[in-house]
Amino acid sequence: MLRYLLSRLMTFLPTFFGVTLISFSFIRLLPGDPIVVMAGERGVSPERYQELVRQFGFDQPIWKQYLDYLGGVIQGDLGQSFVTKKPVWDEFFALFPATLELSICAMVFAVLLGLPAGVIAAVNRGKLFDRALMSSALVGYSMPIFWWALLLIIVFSGWLGWTPVSGRISLMYYFENPTGFMLWDALMSGQKGALGSAIQHLILPTIVLGTIPLAVIARQTRSAMLEVLSEDYIRTARAKGLSPLRINGLHALRNALIPVITVIGLMVGTLLAGAILTETIFSWPGIGKWMVDSIFRRDYPVVQGGLLLIAVMVMIVNLTVDVLYGLINPKIRKR
Amino acid sequence: MALLEIRNLSVDFATSSGQFRAVDSVDVTVDKGDILAIVGESGSGKSVSMLAMMGLLPWTATVTADAMLFDGQDLRALSPRQRRRIIGKDMAMIFQEPISSLNPCFTVGFQIKEALRIHLGLDSRARHRRAVELFEMVGIPAPEERLKAYPHQLSGGMNQRVMIAMAIACNPKLLIADEPTTALDVTIQAQILDLLTGLQRDTGMALILITHDMGVVAETARRVQVQYAGQKVEEQPVIDLFERPHHPYTAALLAALPERATSKHLPTIPGVVPGQFDRPQGCLFSPRCQFADERCRTVAPLPQGPQAGLARCHYPLNLSAEAEA
Ligand SMILES: Nc1ncnc2c1ncn2[C@@H]1O[C@H](COP(=O)(O)OP(=O)(O)OP(=O)(O)O)[C@@H](O)[C@H]1O
Ligand SMILES: [Mg+2]
Repeated sequence: MLRYLLSRLMTFLPTFFGVTLISFSFIRLLPGDPIVVMAGERGVSPERYQELVRQFGFDQPIWKQYLDYLGGVIQGDLGQSFVTKKPVWDEFFALFPATLELSICAMVFAVLLGLPAGVIAAVNRGKLFDRALMSSALVGYSMPIFWWALLLIIVFSGWLGWTPVSGRISLMYYFENPTGFMLWDALMSGQKGALGSAIQHLILPTIVLGTIPLAVIARQTRSAMLEVLSEDYIRTARAKGLSPLRINGLHALRNALIPVITVIGLMVGTLLAGAILTETIFSWPGIGKWMVDSIFRRDYPVVQGGLLLIAVMVMIVNLTVDVLYGLINPKIRKR
Repeated sequence: MALLEIRNLSVDFATSSGQFRAVDSVDVTVDKGDILAIVGESGSGKSVSMLAMMGLLPWTATVTADAMLFDGQDLRALSPRQRRRIIGKDMAMIFQEPISSLNPCFTVGFQIKEALRIHLGLDSRARHRRAVELFEMVGIPAPEERLKAYPHQLSGGMNQRVMIAMAIACNPKLLIADEPTTALDVTIQAQILDLLTGLQRDTGMALILITHDMGVVAETARRVQVQYAGQKVEEQPVIDLFERPHHPYTAALLAALPERATSKHLPTIPGVVPGQFDRPQGCLFSPRCQFADERCRTVAPLPQGPQAGLARCHYPLNLSAEAEA
């Protein structure tokens, strides 16, 4: 297992350098002089221009710029926001819990519904449930996120008035936010109704963000299950007189999980992309909204740093997925 | 009373090109402690008839039979839940491909203990003790360590031993071994067959051995039933069958045995078993039979009497003088 982990880590390193290279090039590949672009309509005085050139190191040779940048990144220095003057790193970690909370909820929503739905569809292949599920999965997968979000808002917030439209918790509640995870903080605050309010605020964003993963997971689970169900060892399990629940839910699903976990891992990238839209629509103060706001504010250090951090996040998730494979199917560890 | 009695079993598959009869009015009778071999070429419906009995066929299969009795119970009348209490316990089956027949995600110990828990309700200590004991019975060295192994860490022969241990875990009354050695090396084949016959002798269970190897039949079985294209074409005690085969197909199978070859070249049976689309009109074997005449090609033969080994043939071979009379 340790060998397997190390070999996975070895593939992590080149990817990491690739990502730093991309985020490094980002600011330099923008059309025009980056400093002029950043300054935008306000313009920039010649003295300030020179100062910025030095600050960014644009007067240095390009390889030196990259090495300096890389050195900074490794020491955790991602530069400062133009707007708030706070380190990008600090801003990211202040907002990241909000995105993480939403993403986890969306993923849990997608997995909790998608896995059983896929299993039931595969077991009842060709029957009504299967066909209904597969058609809705197709719709769910191809639906534009913002349209779906607006539809839900109109129905549940507008007509029915069940759920709030924006934010993470009602303004009635105020408390220190020590972990940044609203559900947890609301629970710990001890204020009556705080947790309920936090949950209410989470429902619509979770559904919106979780819909595509839900559709993908349900479809992948179904097709993986169909493949596994025709395997010899399933016949053996049936020949042992095991119950259908045990055969489908344990013997088959455990094998079907490997391709499913792969797509769950791949979904994380999609999820972060979806988070950008979802957070913007629901005014959810996470890194998705932060990135969008920074782009509009031309806060390039933030965009650059955020990009790198998001990429690293996705890589860490993929690494975790690789390790999970090894745990689920010991045969993979050997390779 | 026989342990297993199946009369007139037929299995039809719904395929995209219509109904296909894979098993055609087959009778199977097995007494307690008996060893029956079922032989026949690939596609003769050996596996399908046994899977039908175990209730393991996919939903595309339609199973009909006049009688399906196991240990006094009518298998046709069982609910799925009742059937699950019998299969894996009193009636167990092992398969051709040992490695793919075991779940790659679980240790072999988990897979064997699972059966013990579900059918016998043993607690975890007792399960472990019994699993070790079973591994010793099937000749797996260092059972304590092997229980923790995954199927891919064991050889094909070892995996088949695990399968056998799993099948006999609950002391079945009948074990069905579907070509248990086909996928294994020749040396391992003999070991596994010895193991199976040894276990049969020690436990007194009945054994149905499916094979297409007449050599295996001679060494292990007491009775033989020959199947061809879904039909049972002959049934005899093993010694009689080898001495006096009545169906031309049986005779051809025996002639193909290396030790029986009379010339330098091994005789083979020309042609293949008819499938869904090329079923002949009369006797199913007639296109490949050296004795076939016009009657064989037009009229399907019914089984002869016991003196002719129940041969499905108009002109059974090797009839003794009094039977001829
Ligand atoms: N699920 C199925 N659907 C349709 N036809 C099937 C199915 N399973 C088996 N058959 C057909 O039934 C016939 C008998 O198959 P069976 O597996 O019983 O042969 P066999 O005698 O066991 O041969 P082998 O020696 O290759 O194992 C074959 O023609 C096969 O194609
Ligand atoms: Mg077979």
